[in-house]
Amino acid sequence: MELSLSLKKLKEKFSDSIIDMHAFRGDDTAIVKKEDILKINKFLRDDEELLYNFMIDLTAVDYLGREPRFEVVYHLYSLKYNRRLRIKARIPESDCTIDSCVSVWIAADWFEREAYDLYGVIFTGHPNLKRILMYQGFEGHPLRKDYPVKGRQPLIGPKN
Amino acid sequence: MGVDKPSQNLVVHDEEEGSERILEGSILLTKLEAIINWGRKYSFFLYPFVTACCGMEFMSVAGPRFDLDRFGAALPRFTPRQADLMMVVGTISHKQAPILVKVYNQMTEPKWVMAFGACATSGGFYDNYATVQGIDTLIHVDIYIPGCPPRPEMVIDGLLKLQQKVVKEKWADWPRGEALVKRS
Repeated sequence: MELSLSLKKLKEKFSDSIIDMHAFRGDDTAIVKKEDILKINKFLRDDEELLYNFMIDLTAVDYLGREPRFEVVYHLYSLKYNRRLRIKARIPESDCTIDSCVSVWIAADWFEREAYDLYGVIFTGHPNLKRILMYQGFEGHPLRKDYPVKGRQPLIGPKN
Repeated sequence: MGVDKPSQNLVVHDEEEGSERILEGSILLTKLEAIINWGRKYSFFLYPFVTACCGMEFMSVAGPRFDLDRFGAALPRFTPRQADLMMVVGTISHKQAPILVKVYNQMTEPKWVMAFGACATSGGFYDNYATVQGIDTLIHVDIYIPGCPPRPEMVIDGLLKLQQKVVKEKWADWPRGEALVKRS
């Protein structure tokens, strides 16, 4: 199957960083090494033929029981070319860190705080990495699959 | 007083008797407790503590179509210090619980609380790490309105039931004091 322009360019430029890529029904997806995420994202934003200038979404996924356990997912959109691209970076539990992309897209700021808050992924280089939805003093990361279903940590009042 | 049909709780003297006759029915004798409760039940000042989608239903019931003003409860006060009916409209998260308790404690007595919708009543279907399982774990609640969200008719029914409750109150019921839980 012929690769789309975005995936082709990625493969040419970062062949060592790409773990896998596929395009299911036109949804381009590239799975990359987490060490190179900043480099790749900067290229995708700045390349004249790509110009992924709009970061739509950034989130994390917990594949409990798989190694590496976590995955950070970027959804990108090029306003100029009307193209979409999904970038995934796998992260092991033992080294649960990835470079922050706030310097590439300012919009990543709160998304990364959310992923940190709910999944415990550390975004190194983030200017203000603290909880955004849960409160200070909350222990653990509630969207991790091993967070107890009945885990309750109220600020005041009974534990229900 | 402008009272056309005194309710059963307002005790009116027979007009044929005594000094009232001279005044031609322009005075009305009752118990202070009864007349104050009567005034309270028709003049709720709302504090809308609106946090979620039930807010749309609150807007509907407060607007001209269903019109809470007919029951004297139309004036939302956006400071708790001027309000006496707190309507907790929507999901209360654990992060928000201290704010709810603070606002409740800022209201002057007498004050009433309406749990509006399934989430405020019991947490609704949010049985998870983030949600308070009913605001009655935090503060005193006078009336619960189920529904997700409740129809405006249910809110009006709840308000009328609250009015019936207010009529029966005694001096000794007040003050209620601070919220059930202490702020840390």
